[in-house]
Amino acid sequence: MAKRSFKSTVLPTVLTYLGLAAGLVFAGFPILWMFFTSLKSNTEIFALPPKLLPDHFTNVAYLSIFNDPTKVRFFLNSYLVAGVVTLLTLLIAILTAYGFSRYSFRLKNTLNVFIISTQTVPPITLLIPYFGMVVAFGIFNTYFALILTYMVFTLPYAILLMTGYLNTLPKELDEAVLVDGGSSWTALWRVIIPLSVPGVVATAVYTFLLAWNEFLFALTLTKSTDMRTVPIGIELLMGQHAFEWNEMMAMSVLGSLPLLILYLIAQRYFLAGLAAGSVKS
Amino acid sequence: MSLANEGLIVARTKMRKRGMLSYKTRKRLTPLFYVAPATFLFCLLMLFPMITVLRYSLMDGAIMKKDAAFIGLQNYETIFTDPVFWQSVGQTLYFTVMSVIFHLLIGLAFALLLNTQRVHPMIRSILRVLYILPWLFTAVIIAIIWRLLLDPNGVVNSILMTLHIVNSKVEWFSSTKTAIHALTFANIWAGYPLYMVSLLAGLQGIPKDLYEAAGIDGANEFQKFRYITIPQLMPIIISIALLDFIWTMQVFPLVWMTTGGGPIHSTEVLSTYTYKLAFSSYEFSQASASAIFILIISMGATYFYIKHQKAR
Repeated sequence: MAKRSFKSTVLPTVLTYLGLAAGLVFAGFPILWMFFTSLKSNTEIFALPPKLLPDHFTNVAYLSIFNDPTKVRFFLNSYLVAGVVTLLTLLIAILTAYGFSRYSFRLKNTLNVFIISTQTVPPITLLIPYFGMVVAFGIFNTYFALILTYMVFTLPYAILLMTGYLNTLPKELDEAVLVDGGSSWTALWRVIIPLSVPGVVATAVYTFLLAWNEFLFALTLTKSTDMRTVPIGIELLMGQHAFEWNEMMAMSVLGSLPLLILYLIAQRYFLAGLAAGSVKS
Repeated sequence: MSLANEGLIVARTKMRKRGMLSYKTRKRLTPLFYVAPATFLFCLLMLFPMITVLRYSLMDGAIMKKDAAFIGLQNYETIFTDPVFWQSVGQTLYFTVMSVIFHLLIGLAFALLLNTQRVHPMIRSILRVLYILPWLFTAVIIAIIWRLLLDPNGVVNSILMTLHIVNSKVEWFSSTKTAIHALTFANIWAGYPLYMVSLLAGLQGIPKDLYEAAGIDGANEFQKFRYITIPQLMPIIISIALLDFIWTMQVFPLVWMTTGGGPIHSTEVLSTYTYKLAFSSYEFSQASASAIFILIISMGATYFYIKHQKAR
C-alpha cells in the first residue's frame, strides 16, 4: 500500500518538480548570464572556469552607455518611435475595431481576411517597395519613415485584439447613448473606451513591444547614427573591432527593461488578449 | 451584428436638424467612416507595395535605372538557376521545420508542467512568468546572448569540455558544420513561449468531466493524454504551428546578427539571400523576384491558416 502511494503520488510530484527546474534552467540561465555579464569588467567575461557571478561587481558598462550621447540617442529614438507608433495604432485600431464590432457592412469580410493575411506577409517582401517609396517621398532616414512603415505590422494585431475585446461589451451600452440623442462617436469615446481599459492596455503593450523590437525596417530605412534605434545600436556595437561584451549586454538589459516592466504590469490582460487574438483571430 | 436601432434613432432625433443625408445613406456611411483610416493605410502600405514589388520583379534594374524596362520572367530565371538560392530554400526549410517541431514539444511540455495540480499555484504563476521571458527579447538580443554563450571561449564550450562531451573548443557559429544547428537552437530557445501560453489556455479550457469519464472507464494517464488532451488541443496546435511556420520562414534579424548567412552560405536563408541581393548587390529586381517567391509560400500557408480558422 505504501509503495503504491509512493508510486502514484510522490514520484510524479518529484518528476514534475524536476521538469520545472530543468525548464527554469533552460529559460533562465541565458538571461541570468546576460545580466551578470553586464556587471562584469571586460577582462572577467571569459574567465576560466566560467563564473555566473562576477568577482567584482562593476557598473562601468552602464556608465559608459549613459555617458555616451550617441548611445543615449538610440534609446530616445526607440522610445519616440515606439511611443508614437503605439498612440497612432491605438487610435486607428479603436476606430476600426468599433466599426467591425458594431456594424455589418459590405466588404467587411474581405477587409477582415485582408487584415488577417497582412499578419503573415513577409517583411522582406514589403521592404523592397518601401525602400523605393521612402526614397521617392523624400523621407529616407527620418522618424516618419519608421513610424509609417511600422503601422503595417502593428495595426493587424491591434485591430484583432481590440475587435475581440469590444465584442465582449454588450451593444445595449451604445444604444443607451443613442436613445439619449448622442451619436455613435459619443458612445465610443464616452462609454465604450472607458470600459475597455484592459483591452486598450493589452493592445498598447503588444504594439509597443512589436515596434520596440523591430529590426529590418530600422536597419534599411535609416542611415545616420543619430536616427538609429536600440536594436540597430546593438548591431553597431557588434560591428566594432573589439567586442565590448559587458557593454553589449548592458545595452541588451536596458533594451529589454521597458518591455519587462510593461509586461509585468500588464501581464494579466496581455496573456488573455494574446491567447484570444492569436488563437481565435 | 449592426446596431439595428442606431440609424432609426439618429434619424428620428437628428434628421430634421441636418436634413442633408438621408437615413439610409447615413446608416451606410457610418461604419465606413470608422474603418476608412485603416483601409487607407492598408492600401498605402500593403496593396500598393505588393503591386510595386511584382512590377519590380519583372523589370531590368528597378530602382537603380530611371527607365527600367520590362523583361518578363528573366529575373525569376536568374534566381531559380542560382544554386545558392536553392541552398537557401533547403536551409530555410530545415531551420523552420526543426523550430516548429521543438517549439511545439517544449511549449507543450511546459504547458503540461504548469497545468499540473501537484504544484502550488503560487509557484506555477511565478514560473509561468519566468518561462515566458525568452519571448520578450528582441531577436538582436537573442542573437548576442547566444553569441556570448556559444563563443569558442564561452561557457557552453567550457561546460561541454568539463563533461568531456567535446574535446576541443567548438566554433559553433563559424563552422559550416555547426552554424545552422546553433542558429536553430537559439531560435528554438526564443520561440517556444507562444505555444506554451496558447496551449496552457487550451488545457485550462478542457472540460474536467472528460477526464473523469475516462477515469471511470479505466483509462490510464497516458491514454487520457493521447485520447483527450491531444485531440482537444489539436485546433490550437494547428493554428499556432501554421503561424509559427510562416513567421519562422521569414526569419531575418537572428541570422543577420549571428552568422550573416555564412560561413560560405551555410546559414543562408531566403530572407538574408533576398536582403543581400537588394542591399549589398543592388539587384533590386532579382531581389523582388525572390521576395515574391517567399510571399507565395507564405500566402499558401496563410490560405490554410484562414481556412482552418474559419472551420473552427
